[in-house]
Amino acid sequence: MMFVRLSAAIAAVSLLSSAALAQGAKPTDPQIAHIAYTAGVIDIKAAKQALNKTRNKEVKAFAQDMVRDHEAVNKQALDLVKKLKVKPEDNDTSRTLSKNAADKLAELGKLKGAAFDKAYVDNEVAYHKAVDNALETQLIPSASNPELKNLLQTGLKIFQGHEQHAEQVAASLK
Amino acid sequence: MTPRWILAALTALALVAQSISAQAATIQITMENLAILPAEASAKIGDTIEWINKDIVAHTATARNGDWDVMLPPNTTGTLVLKKAGTVDYYCRFHPNMKAVLKIEP
Repeated sequence: MMFVRLSAAIAAVSLLSSAALAQGAKPTDPQIAHIAYTAGVIDIKAAKQALNKTRNKEVKAFAQDMVRDHEAVNKQALDLVKKLKVKPEDNDTSRTLSKNAADKLAELGKLKGAAFDKAYVDNEVAYHKAVDNALETQLIPSASNPELKNLLQTGLKIFQGHEQHAEQVAASLK
Repeated sequence: MTPRWILAALTALALVAQSISAQAATIQITMENLAILPAEASAKIGDTIEWINKDIVAHTATARNGDWDVMLPPNTTGTLVLKKAGTVDYYCRFHPNMKAVLKIEP
């Protein structure tokens, strides 16, 4: 069980980094803004799917937290790009993230009840791990605008909180 | 001509009010950038804790022993009057990486 989760996390991490590395050069600020925003949208969609499907109180509360927090961070990101007059730019990493997320939504869509709850929460652990790793090792170091860097750093701390929260929910489902 | 006992009662009331306000303090604790500052605070029963959430996301101040659970929406302040002594570990339910300790003296 543990191995499945771990390998899912590693697969997610390597997908993220290989997509970013495929571009060769480090991502630009407009690309970073797009990646970070896309990562938030993906988690909101996953949470909304969970809210439609789950009957577990804890999973529901967790999904509501995800919608609320990621919407708050993405609103802040939109306000910032507007202020900086930066136009978020689509890129390979964003496209890979969206493609993987769409596949995951379809996969989870077929599950029900406790099987769905477990798969959703396990994926939330793996997904936040992957995003946190990408923020820490690629996006934050590559960001050149200090305000963007600052928002990414706040985002990282929030998402690290989500990672721990997801781990707690996962443990409660066992 | 005010009866003497009323004056005495008023004086006593004023003294009591004064001593209460002198004893009960308000202690401010800030939540900013997913950190609780100070992470360790001391207070006495009757004191008020004011948690100031400066973040764009909601937090909670949740006692691990179940004594209290204060909701702190973004950019708001939540208060709690301390009623029980003890060293209480607390955290944010939404972001369990936020942890702190409150030492409540009798």
